[in-house]
Amino acid sequence: MELHVIAFWLIAFVTLGSALAVVFLTNIVHSALALILTFLGIAGLYLTLNADFLAAVQVLVYAGAVSILIVFGIMLITRGDGRMADTNIFGKYKYTAAIVITAFLGVLSHYIIKTPWQMGTAALSENTMGDIAELLFSDYVIPFELAAILLTVAMVGAIVIAREVKNPK
Amino acid sequence: MITLNHYLLLSAILFCIGLYGALSKKNAIAILICIELMLNAVNINLVAFTKFLTPGDLTGQIFAIFVIVVAACEIAVGLAIIIAIYRDRSSVDVENLDWLKW
Repeated sequence: MELHVIAFWLIAFVTLGSALAVVFLTNIVHSALALILTFLGIAGLYLTLNADFLAAVQVLVYAGAVSILIVFGIMLITRGDGRMADTNIFGKYKYTAAIVITAFLGVLSHYIIKTPWQMGTAALSENTMGDIAELLFSDYVIPFELAAILLTVAMVGAIVIAREVKNPK
Repeated sequence: MITLNHYLLLSAILFCIGLYGALSKKNAIAILICIELMLNAVNINLVAFTKFLTPGDLTGQIFAIFVIVVAACEIAVGLAIIIAIYRDRSSVDVENLDWLKW
């Protein structure tokens, strides 16, 4: 068996296993740690897909920034008694959601297998980082600048929303 | 041989795990975490399409970058809203958030 086949199955197993751990662990801190493992697994999947720049972005933004943000959020929001057990339990739609999701997964996989994909024949890009930079600053320069504005607006908005209220009521 | 279908099925399963958590969890932060899982599953789709359907054209990866940007905004604003709710209610249990009931 070739190396990239083994790599795919190994990474897929780790990613799906830790994603299941995110949903089924009942301590939210453990869920957040499993989430970091999922993000790293997805970065590994990007590497198997020849997307080295995106793998680096995934590690920086998701495994770095987003997970730190989530852990800080968990730290700021404690229950009255301060215990972390059973902080991530299921609500009253546990079984309804399971039925809906199983049906949805069935429909999705049916159409994924049935669709006749038109495989591309061009050569894969060797220098993804340079090509992405060229695309971002030529064809996609306006979405790129809009993304920058969106990030600024979202960060300022997050600070305004989360800031301590001076005179409540 | 790993084909496009492997990646699409993997991301479909990952999306469904995230959707299940988003629909069934009580804790608002857990719901945000599960939404991040769903967005990541979509990104796997986009990158897999780039490799198998349009190699040589990196539009799919550009879109994945924009999805990552929007996801980062979403998690920041979402956590800020949850913290504001917690300050008001001392709880982030979504089944208790019933301001719209009368």
